[in-house]
Amino acid sequence: MSDIKKIKDDYIDKLNTENNIEKVNNIKSELFGKNGIISNEFKKLGSISVEERKKLASNLNNIKDELQNKISIKIQEIETKEINLKLEKEKIDVTLPERNIEIGKIHPVSQVIDEISSIFSEIGFSVEEGPDVENEYNNFTALNTPDNHPARDMHDTFYLDNNKELLLRTHTSPVQVRTMLKGKPPFKIIAPGRTYRSDSDQTHAPMFHQVEGLHIDKNINMGHLKGCLNYFIKEFFEVDKIKMRFRPSHFPFTEPSAEVDIGYEIKNGKIVIGEGNKWLEILGCGMVHPNVLKNVNVNPSKYQGYAFGIGIDRLGMLKYGINDLRAFFETDYRWLSHFGFDPLDVPSNYRGLSR
Amino acid sequence: MKFTVDWLKNHLDTKFNNNQIIDKLTNIGLEVESFESSTSELDTFIVAKIINAKTHPNADRLKLCDVDIGSDKTIEVVCGAPNAKNGLLTVYAPPGSIIPKNQMKLSVSKIRGVTSYGMLCSESELLLSNESDGIIELKNNKYANKIGEKYFKNTSEKVIDLSITPNRPDCLGVRGIARDLSAAGAGKLKINKKSNLKFKGNQNINVTIKKEKAQGCTTFGSCLIKGVINKESPKWLKDKILSLGQKPISAIVDITNYVMFDLNRPLHAYDADKIDNEIIVRSSSKGESFEALDNKKYILENDMCVISDRSGVLGLGGIIGGTRSGTEYSTKNILLESAYFLPRSIRKTSKQLNIDTDAKFRFERGIDPLSIQEGLIKASELIKQICGGEISNLDIKKIENHKKTIINFDPFLFEKTTGFNVENKELIKILEKLGFDVSKNKKILKLVVPSWRPDITQSIDIVEEIVRIKGYEHINTSEPIKTRLKPTLNYYQKLFHFLQRSVASKGYLETVTWSFTDSKINQLFKEHEEEIPIVNPISSDLNVLRNSIFPNLLFYLKKNLDRGFKDISLFEIGPAFKGKNPGDQLTVIGALRAGKVSRLSWNDKERIVDTFDVKKDVIQSLFEAGINKDDIIIDDRTPSYYHPGKSGGVYQNKNEKNAIAYFGEIHPNIIKKLDIKTEGLVIFEICLDYIRASKQKIKDSKSEYKFSDFQKSERDFAFIINKNFKSQELVNMIKSVDNKLIKSVRVFDVFEGENIPQGKKSIAVNVTIQSEEKTLNENDLDNINKLIISSVESKSGAKIRS
Repeated sequence: MSDIKKIKDDYIDKLNTENNIEKVNNIKSELFGKNGIISNEFKKLGSISVEERKKLASNLNNIKDELQNKISIKIQEIETKEINLKLEKEKIDVTLPERNIEIGKIHPVSQVIDEISSIFSEIGFSVEEGPDVENEYNNFTALNTPDNHPARDMHDTFYLDNNKELLLRTHTSPVQVRTMLKGKPPFKIIAPGRTYRSDSDQTHAPMFHQVEGLHIDKNINMGHLKGCLNYFIKEFFEVDKIKMRFRPSHFPFTEPSAEVDIGYEIKNGKIVIGEGNKWLEILGCGMVHPNVLKNVNVNPSKYQGYAFGIGIDRLGMLKYGINDLRAFFETDYRWLSHFGFDPLDVPSNYRGLSR
Repeated sequence: MKFTVDWLKNHLDTKFNNNQIIDKLTNIGLEVESFESSTSELDTFIVAKIINAKTHPNADRLKLCDVDIGSDKTIEVVCGAPNAKNGLLTVYAPPGSIIPKNQMKLSVSKIRGVTSYGMLCSESELLLSNESDGIIELKNNKYANKIGEKYFKNTSEKVIDLSITPNRPDCLGVRGIARDLSAAGAGKLKINKKSNLKFKGNQNINVTIKKEKAQGCTTFGSCLIKGVINKESPKWLKDKILSLGQKPISAIVDITNYVMFDLNRPLHAYDADKIDNEIIVRSSSKGESFEALDNKKYILENDMCVISDRSGVLGLGGIIGGTRSGTEYSTKNILLESAYFLPRSIRKTSKQLNIDTDAKFRFERGIDPLSIQEGLIKASELIKQICGGEISNLDIKKIENHKKTIINFDPFLFEKTTGFNVENKELIKILEKLGFDVSKNKKILKLVVPSWRPDITQSIDIVEEIVRIKGYEHINTSEPIKTRLKPTLNYYQKLFHFLQRSVASKGYLETVTWSFTDSKINQLFKEHEEEIPIVNPISSDLNVLRNSIFPNLLFYLKKNLDRGFKDISLFEIGPAFKGKNPGDQLTVIGALRAGKVSRLSWNDKERIVDTFDVKKDVIQSLFEAGINKDDIIIDDRTPSYYHPGKSGGVYQNKNEKNAIAYFGEIHPNIIKKLDIKTEGLVIFEICLDYIRASKQKIKDSKSEYKFSDFQKSERDFAFIINKNFKSQELVNMIKSVDNKLIKSVRVFDVFEGENIPQGKKSIAVNVTIQSEEKTLNENDLDNINKLIISSVESKSGAKIRS
């Protein structure tokens, strides 16, 4: 018996210092294999007296359990160590760069058009379009700007024929004409798009963007016009308060006409919209002229309403601090990356107009 | 329109200060562009002190002066004046100054080998006196502490510059502006003093207005002023002319200009002795010519309104006079013209000849037809006062009488349009102050429009008058009405939006380029479309509307390559033009990728961009925008600017003429022609208009959700097949063997060469087979395998590789 106890103690000592999984397995078979030491001890039980057997068996079982337990702990211990060692070796430098990220961008003009559309959508406007090439009638005559009108001089027009019949639209207002000609009142639309004037310098580009607005119904008056634009400007610049000024002006296709200025100031070299005592002209608007309504077969004694035209590029420049209009159209990779917007940045009411 | 507050006060009794006037002008629609002192040529002359005057090394009579002009360093000036001496205070003119006496512009110059920076001035040079013997000697007590300051005080009053809208010719005269201000409560319009001018004798140069169809003149008023002495204008008049930003010329000319700006009444003064017998107002004939006061010779077309005498054209009525009958200092007798010319005629003529003058600008907007006499009288009075002379009776010839415009105005229209109410009493007061003659007929106001307001023809014009004078700040701000009449975007507008953002999300930068382009580049991409030239392009390399987006995109690709970028992904969404009529345009996406994929990557292999990169981008974008996967077919029909072997089209129908998209490499010839230096260049384009609109919303078009839980099996096949056989056909062929059981077919290997016969290729496909009803056993699978092989072999002539 004491032999066994000694064997056990020896093996426990052995196991305590052993770190090799194979050697632990060897010990296991030395003890519990077919001719293992412990196995043999059990075999011996058959040849001793019942009384002794009882005592011995119980002892033997305890020793067996203890050893087996020790072995399995040891195995686990070694395995864990080995795995840890392996993982340690597999460690990579996670600060190495990821695979190339290709970041695309949405042009500021497109983003601003989406912002504008989103804002007007909230108050029930739908989006209309018109062609870039227009006839003289839709661009001027139908808009109460007959051939001999000096206001035509303010539009340096690109022509496509020598009779000056076909031209690149100088504003988005012909979309008003097209929309009203093809439908019946009421009308409630905005029409963003490209516009063209043969004018090119630091602050003018031969192509730029406008958004036209038109709301015609039975009782739409200048108060609604003021309300609509006030709402729009506040939403667009994402400010709580906006200083706005309506100034009488003249456009052949609206009467009364107004130009709208917004208050601003320069703080730390940056323009702050909605405060200060400087004025910045940002759009033209007015009540649609009865002559225009007649030209598009809308009865001006029944229907009336307002129209407005806003320079999109300029709005974008103001909101996003872009100084140079010409840069919008120069496709400089650096500029596009810098001022462009993430394609997931879809302007919407619930997610916010801009991030 | 420029004027001074003083000038305004000639017509307006006002207690308003300058700022109040400025604000008021803006509030009533007369936009103030600026309010500043006009800069004067005399601003440059400054008080200076000679510190040291020594003899010029190369000329005994010249002196070399060190001059203190109030800055850090003294200036060296060469001076010939005998009185130049140390400590003298005098007037210095720096380089760039214009010497009043001879109008010469000073420049830095060498005088006898020594550089002189500017000049010290004599009184005569500054037109202060005739003293020319020496330079000005300024008094010490007055000027000693003013060194460096302007010698001439800019006493010129601040000038208001208004931007007058084209509908307001009446405000192109100071009096009209005063009238508007008075209506808006900024003061009282002064009543014109009754003239007590005495007329003597008749205007004996006969005037005839020919009755012709194209006659551009309806009234010609004139008077003869005999025995004048033309001279320089007096100071007050010069100051007025200067404040307009114009140069005084002579009293006669200055007076006509002054009256034009004062009353918006253009006049013209002829040297009466240069008129050949009579004045005939008539239409020109093609080929007639005259030399105008701008010293240009104009050759006329038919039907231009000319003022002529027996010898020919004297001038273009209402636009510009001629040199032949121009007034000079020596002029003794004047014929003064005050006429009415039709805006239409003025505009047409000035456009044809490309002339712009102050008179033209006014006449084309509409001059008060009843201001003819007033203008003649006011100018004659001034001429008499300044130049003397005897004034003849006025001679007014007309072929048409002025018709009054009468408007019956219902005040309700005001509230209906503006949303707020103004009491009738106030409304009438405003209109009367603006010059309307108002009478009441029950609720309706009968309004006689003043003759100086050609812009007012109907009731809405009256509404505008009242609201602008009352003030736009009185208009309420109503809450926006949120009613929606139809969805914000239609199918194609949504498609635009989705495709735009979908393409951008593949790593492309969106750009916006001109709708026009260089015809030389455009020609490479226009295919069979017509070229659409712009008659008046902004420059010769932007001379046509673009038939494709690629000319501009490639142009800017090159620019960015020049900037040192190598891997570039760009796209634009916008119009491409098919013809020059409205609507002949398509909405197109053009995109390009240049350079390499995974450049300088530590773990990925570099690879030049290829056709299958853009194929993925275009197909994925189409899917993301909602195009059905089973709805598209790839074909190799592509436009000629693509590489004929490495490009494809995406069609929605096999026999469709127009692809909804193309992708591939650009034709190498084009890359060479445009001299684009990049490792790789692939492009794609999507034509939104050719995409079939889906009629159903997603809620109506979603198919039933079906899936199978039975065992899936995969089988690989390799076929030897003709080299030109399209993999798409092979895939479709296999699918059609059993559409129900064959769930997918994937090409996983294609190769030619070793072990493959000439003209053949090997395509390996992986086929997924799954039943929706049961687990297929070996037997079932075998049958399908056999069917696939036999079907492909018999239909395509392929052989299964064993």
